[in-house]
Amino acid sequence: MSLQPIQDPGLPTHVHRKADTDPKAAKRAEQQVALLFLTSALGTILFIFSYVGIPQDQLIFLPILGTTNAHQLFLGLGLAISLFFIGMGAVHWAKTLMPDHEVVDVRKEQRSKDEDRAAFVATIKEQGATAGLGRRTLIKRTLGLSLGLAGLSPLLMLRDCSAELPGDELAQTNWRAGTRLLTDPGDRPIKPGDLEVGAVAQVLPLLPAGRKRTLNDIAKDALLLIRIRPEEFNLDTERLSWTYQGIIAFSKICSHMGCAVALYEQSTKHLLCPCHQSTFDVTRAAKVIFGPAARPLPQLPISVDSEGYLVASAPFNEAVGPSYWERDSE
Amino acid sequence: MARLSRYREHRFFRPVLLALGLFLAGALFTAGKAAAESMESKALVISADKATLIKEGKEIFARGCSSCHGLNAEGAGAAPSLIGVGSASVDFQVGTGRMPMADMSQQAVRKPPVYDEYETAALAEYVASLAPGPKALTNEEIAWERDGNAASGGTLFRNNCAMCHNLAGQGGALTQGKYAPTLMGVEPRHIYEAMITGPQAMPVFGDKVITPAEKLDIIKWIKEVESEPSLGGATLGRVGPVTEGLLAWTLGLGALIGVAVWLTSKAR
Repeated sequence: MSLQPIQDPGLPTHVHRKADTDPKAAKRAEQQVALLFLTSALGTILFIFSYVGIPQDQLIFLPILGTTNAHQLFLGLGLAISLFFIGMGAVHWAKTLMPDHEVVDVRKEQRSKDEDRAAFVATIKEQGATAGLGRRTLIKRTLGLSLGLAGLSPLLMLRDCSAELPGDELAQTNWRAGTRLLTDPGDRPIKPGDLEVGAVAQVLPLLPAGRKRTLNDIAKDALLLIRIRPEEFNLDTERLSWTYQGIIAFSKICSHMGCAVALYEQSTKHLLCPCHQSTFDVTRAAKVIFGPAARPLPQLPISVDSEGYLVASAPFNEAVGPSYWERDSE
Repeated sequence: MARLSRYREHRFFRPVLLALGLFLAGALFTAGKAAAESMESKALVISADKATLIKEGKEIFARGCSSCHGLNAEGAGAAPSLIGVGSASVDFQVGTGRMPMADMSQQAVRKPPVYDEYETAALAEYVASLAPGPKALTNEEIAWERDGNAASGGTLFRNNCAMCHNLAGQGGALTQGKYAPTLMGVEPRHIYEAMITGPQAMPVFGDKVITPAEKLDIIKWIKEVESEPSLGGATLGRVGPVTEGLLAWTLGLGALIGVAVWLTSKAR
């Protein structure tokens, strides 16, 4: 059995459009194109009218959009209609009425003619000699220097890719033994009695006098304070000693990707991370019971100071937030 | 008139007229009755003394609530004890129609209240008489429009509420079928009562953690979001990139594909 090579079918036979043969169809296509252009013109008029005639703060109610700004809405709508229908009209015109002969245009050779190439080289050489590139060595050298240095500057910026590492910055927070807990926002110190059973509070540390709180501080220090009935805790003695009368404090920064874990379900005592649904059990020291987080949330040991306000009794026992290379965690 | 009277000969004329008349009469009666009842029940709340309210509340409780919460509101099984929850809790749960529950599902849903204002007030007074607890408020007692600060409310909302109720107060999902409901169209006093009582999965936000003044700020901010026109076009539920992405990928890309197909198709 021998394989038959597939014959080149050539170009398909040209099929004439209706408008090419039927004057009625041509007339109809012409009207359609005119209608499209007219629609575009109406769009432009709408645009001009909205610009001049509709006050900038005019609101309008539309069924799906709700209450929205009429000025902006009709400006946009007018411009969209105006531009889209010009294009649509032009395309429809080209497709139905303009000549549709199929033409084959053979590709030209890319290489220039030999005499053109020779003339180009001659011009370069002649102009170079006239400009005195070979003679003025001072200019040549300083130009070389400046170009070389300019090329060096992007290389210099690569330096920061490796040199400085954050050190132990990631493992440190502003929580120390004796740091007061403040409400966020409001910056008021908190007494244990301020929290009812079932209550939560968003908390930040009191910073040393003169130090201003930055966003970087908040990103590491954010704390969630939760009060439940003390008998509901299921903790070992060490962790239980870190709580105070049923009040327990966790870092708000998820140990998975660092989102703020603050969805607290009072009924189940579960903390939820909104980003990837990691779920932590508050009664068991924020043990992960669902989701991608690998470690429990760091717990902050708390107690009260001589004035009866809640304070941290020690820093966090481990780095807060997601994993990184040097992180020391069990 | 002449044009209208042509229809009198139509064979559907009489039945349609009859249906229209009946509908109108019914609608007027219902609207009037509801208005009269609500006014009547409000007037009753104001005029009734505490002892009568507690007595009537106890009767309503025995009829409508005790089958789950126990005859003395001591709670049983899934139904919590109501001793010490205060009148705020009752006003929130019953006033928003969450209680009595429609079924024993994960969460009580907001629905038209079963009890009118007088009955709700009576129930609240009765439960408050069992043990002290957070007090119910009236809309007039909380001057959020005058004293609230929407800017401060926004900060408080983002820090304390937005994680569950969404950045624009539209609500969001929790675990196992529970959810944080939308805050749009909620009575200001119910928002306040929810913060001080912590209904269902919601934690309590006490007056020391979020001061009463700050609570008014939050209410003002929520009400401001509610009345805010959507200047950027359709809000798509204000839930962020999910609906926006879905629409861009289906409608937007669909339209582009349609145009591309039309551009390359041959005219006939």
